[in-house]
Amino acid sequence: MSDVDLRSCGNPADIRRSSICRTRALHAGRRIFRKVNLNPKETLNVWFDPSSPLIKLSLEEAYEALRTFEILGIGKELNVRASTCSSVVDKLGSSSSLKDLFFALRANVLFKCEINEQVFLEIGLRLKASVNDANSLLDFYYAIGSLRLIKDQTSEVDVFLADADGIFRSIKALSQSDGRWRYGPNNPVSSTYAAGIALETLAGVISLATSEIDQSLIGTLSNDIVKLFDGIEKYDDGAYYFDEKLVDAREHQGPLSATSSVVRGLTAFAAATSGSLNLPGSKIFGLAKFFLGIGIPGNAKDLYNQIDALACLESNRVSIPLILSLPATVLSLTEKDQLKVRVSTVLGSTAPPLSVKLTQAFSSDSKDASIIESQELKFDPEADAHVLDALPKIVDVGNYVFVFETVLHDQEHKKVYATGGRTKVPIYVTGVIEVDNAEIAVLDSDLGSLETQKKLDLVENNAISLSANHLQKLRLSFRLTTPLKHSFEPHQAFLKLIHETKVEHIFVLGNSGKQFEIILDFLGLVEKFSYLSGTYDIQLTVGDAVMENSFLRELGHIELDLPEPPEKATRPPPRPVDAYLRYGPKAEITHIFRDPEKLPPQELSLAFLGLILVPLLAFLVGLLRLGTNLKNFPTSTVPATFAILFHLGIAAVLSLYALFWLKVFGSIHNVESTRFLGNLLDVCRAQNPFSPCFNLGQVEIILRKRENAFATTMFGTRKHINEIWLAGLLDSVF
Amino acid sequence: MGKSSATKDAQALFQSLRSAYAATPTNLKIIDLYVMFAVFTAVIQVVYMAIVGSFPFNSFLSGVLSGVGTAVLAVCLRIQVNKENKEFKDLPPERAFADFVLCNLVLHLVIMNFLG
Repeated sequence: MSDVDLRSCGNPADIRRSSICRTRALHAGRRIFRKVNLNPKETLNVWFDPSSPLIKLSLEEAYEALRTFEILGIGKELNVRASTCSSVVDKLGSSSSLKDLFFALRANVLFKCEINEQVFLEIGLRLKASVNDANSLLDFYYAIGSLRLIKDQTSEVDVFLADADGIFRSIKALSQSDGRWRYGPNNPVSSTYAAGIALETLAGVISLATSEIDQSLIGTLSNDIVKLFDGIEKYDDGAYYFDEKLVDAREHQGPLSATSSVVRGLTAFAAATSGSLNLPGSKIFGLAKFFLGIGIPGNAKDLYNQIDALACLESNRVSIPLILSLPATVLSLTEKDQLKVRVSTVLGSTAPPLSVKLTQAFSSDSKDASIIESQELKFDPEADAHVLDALPKIVDVGNYVFVFETVLHDQEHKKVYATGGRTKVPIYVTGVIEVDNAEIAVLDSDLGSLETQKKLDLVENNAISLSANHLQKLRLSFRLTTPLKHSFEPHQAFLKLIHETKVEHIFVLGNSGKQFEIILDFLGLVEKFSYLSGTYDIQLTVGDAVMENSFLRELGHIELDLPEPPEKATRPPPRPVDAYLRYGPKAEITHIFRDPEKLPPQELSLAFLGLILVPLLAFLVGLLRLGTNLKNFPTSTVPATFAILFHLGIAAVLSLYALFWLKVFGSIHNVESTRFLGNLLDVCRAQNPFSPCFNLGQVEIILRKRENAFATTMFGTRKHINEIWLAGLLDSVF
Repeated sequence: MGKSSATKDAQALFQSLRSAYAATPTNLKIIDLYVMFAVFTAVIQVVYMAIVGSFPFNSFLSGVLSGVGTAVLAVCLRIQVNKENKEFKDLPPERAFADFVLCNLVLHLVIMNFLG
């Protein structure tokens, strides 16, 4: 991947345009959410090719990329430390903006570059000054965040804030009554994203305070968080998220960034304080469900937001969501598949001891009646899964909804983890359907007596041969039974009659009590069959999603003898057009040029040239013999001038012939072999050889020139090709 | 004997023709010579075409027609400048020559365009 591509995969604005980046992100992310083994190579590609240097990304993007890799436990083979560190040192050494400082320090957390203590000292002083001067939320965020990062990286620098209460209050002053925050005192717009940033900043202030922060401040902030969570939005499946209602918001302020910002702020705040937040576990669980359920975001920034938020949820002090997942939701009755359920944290860590209960199971058609008793799943430590040994006896093939409930063993754990209560999972139970009693018969219409009857074996194709006329009927019947010996009704059961002219007629098979049956009364179908007698092939299709042995069988053919069409009968429908002919590639159009005429050998032409001069010579000799003279040539000025002009005119015409013959310029069909115009054409270069006003003949001429040009590419220079090309252009303009 | 007498007759005929032609004025002889030149030029081209084929046909046509046309115009000129031709007695030879030149110009203009 080139640098240009790398940028475009890292740049959120470009990523929408790049389907390649998106596809890669999809590949990467799908694995995360299944919480199965990650494929590091593919996830790496969300940002860049491992062989490309990170230096091409900004420090912010580089941090986000590396942080995502760190969470996912991949990308260790990236050798980008040196290049990123030089950028970090560069940013820290100069007087860059607060934002740049913050991101440089953040990248340094991951890379642990060698930074002079003196540099930290200077930055620390500068940051403290800017904390006191700051009044916008982002200034606070960057300054406090930077101080925290310095605190984590060195112990030599004093980063603690003396007036922590004051700073806390001035940040808190930006909060709104509904729990959201404003970006600055002069900015009236309140935002959820800003609330997340503010929480993170305040958590930083608490951890940087030299003395204990006023508990009443923390109490009001907790209330703010509860209020913020009152405004949370909910999806039908139980996923919770924060919506950013700002219309003129900045680039990354959709629900994803707003929610992840709040999650980051919330977890940071919970980690910094000792008290417990009064937030329902179901909402935290719903947030986890939101991040896991949104699929893969279209750009790297959103992927970082998603993964980072999940990492925050993975180990937070509020409550840790436990996610229930099934390795397979399609179970085969025939192969006796076991129902397995895994419970883990959002990033796939092992859950504490718990038990999973199957509380309900009902068919998706009838949502009311549970078909089984509550049942507890056995934990299999080897597979790290809860297993239901055998499906209940009553479960036949079909679509079901199973309801699971997770119960933690330890009472203490119930405060730490959020299990989300009951989880509904759609389960598909498949099986082999038994097909028997299949037979096909021709009946006499009036009596209903059997004319011919044949047994069918629908396991394989048949080749029966029947014949009938329009006074008879065709009957096809078979029986479908599920593994539990119930009759089975598939989604699709079609009988298809195909005439030898490829005209098809499709009939739906009806379910008459215990068996499937169709009776075709040819008398009523004569019109539909367009009075087409002849051989009809019979095809039977039986299919269903839960039927493991869905089939399409050739049954054979029936020879139909239908009456002659009456006068006003409808014509048989036209043959269906072959889809390949219709949509497949058309035959390639090749240009056919007239072969050049054969020219006589040059010697012959030259001989005749000499011959043609003979009469001229004879004429001149004759003139001499006759004793012609030029005595009458005018001598006085005016007539002499006209006489000379006249003869010059004739001479000019003749010399024109001579030039033409010498190919100084040529026939308009033969410009390419002229000397003079060939060079001239180099000068009058044109961009577009095909003008819209060209007629077909002109285009043909140009194409021919081009073909000649390509043919001579091997030997000629580029200049030569241009000559020929433009000769064609001029040629057609002439 | 009859054969030799026929030859002799022919010789006598040519003799009388030559002597009669010798009396023709020189300017008419020049025109005759010119007509012969033009006709022979055309004939040679026809022979060439018969040998190698008619491609390029318009070039051939223009060549032959140039020769034939010139010859015809020259014959016309000869008719007009012939003193014994009473019909054109009042027509000065300069006028006749101007006509000839003009017609030739027109003819060759057409032929050049036809040349291809």
